[in-house]
Amino acid sequence: MIDSVLAILSAVMLGLGGFFMVSGAIGLLRFPDFYSRMHAASMTDTLGSYLVVGGLMLTAGWGLPLFKLALILVFIFFTSPTAGHALAKSAQHCDLRLPGGGASTKKADNEISGSAQGPDSRDVVSADRV
Amino acid sequence: MKTDNRGRADRADAHYSLYLVVVLSVIWLGNSGHYSPLLLTFGVVSVALVVWIGRRMQVVDGESQPFHLSLRLLAYYGWLLRKIVESNIKVAACAWKGPRAISPVSGRVPCRLESDLSRVIYANSITLTPGTVTVSLDDGEVLVHALTESGLAELREGEMEGRVARLEQP
Repeated sequence: MIDSVLAILSAVMLGLGGFFMVSGAIGLLRFPDFYSRMHAASMTDTLGSYLVVGGLMLTAGWGLPLFKLALILVFIFFTSPTAGHALAKSAQHCDLRLPGGGASTKKADNEISGSAQGPDSRDVVSADRV
Repeated sequence: MKTDNRGRADRADAHYSLYLVVVLSVIWLGNSGHYSPLLLTFGVVSVALVVWIGRRMQVVDGESQPFHLSLRLLAYYGWLLRKIVESNIKVAACAWKGPRAISPVSGRVPCRLESDLSRVIYANSITLTPGTVTVSLDDGEVLVHALTESGLAELREGEMEGRVARLEQP
């Protein structure tokens, strides 16, 4: 009884996860520019992968595989926004720079007079810290 | 930490190292599945190596392992998960409707959070919810790109910021 309920639940979660993966791919193809495509891609590595891994966890039974799947979930949860931020941050350093992208002029002046490094190296430093 | 006297800092340091040893050991045991003496020795050596490198890099502290916040973080991530589900559905709808359904916009959102840890949690949460991405984290504000104007307006209301701020309140 419990087994069949778990099997159905896991099938539903895998199906929904697949649906969000496909939606992410469609968004990636249809959206017009780099940043809005990033939003579509972030769908595949949030709910899409949570549902797929969660669905697999339901069928894994108690044991090491369950623990490993949980670890995968935790690592996706913490690494995917880091990767997304790195992508957006590096887009700031080329033609894709957002209109409001630079630090406001007053701050940039302080930055230059305050240190010999200049604003670009400051960006690199803060990217490292995040 | 700088204002603390030396002994207290050392004790906190040992605390965090011990916590790191426990976490790494659990991860190692869970991923290995082999418990022969030889492999266990390798595990102990690798855990010791990672802790040693971590201490040399001075990253073993309350920032990399905020275990004093564990319970509150769990509650916060529960709330965040609900937000992630909601925004996933919104973005999926936009993807199926096509480019006309979106109005990409970027803007600076004020961020009054004090500590580095809570600012990173906040920026991370913004990026985790589809439809909003943190592009840059500066003093007192974050630069956010959003898929729709309502996404940016919702951040400006500050519910998420308020919840992050409450994480570190005593």
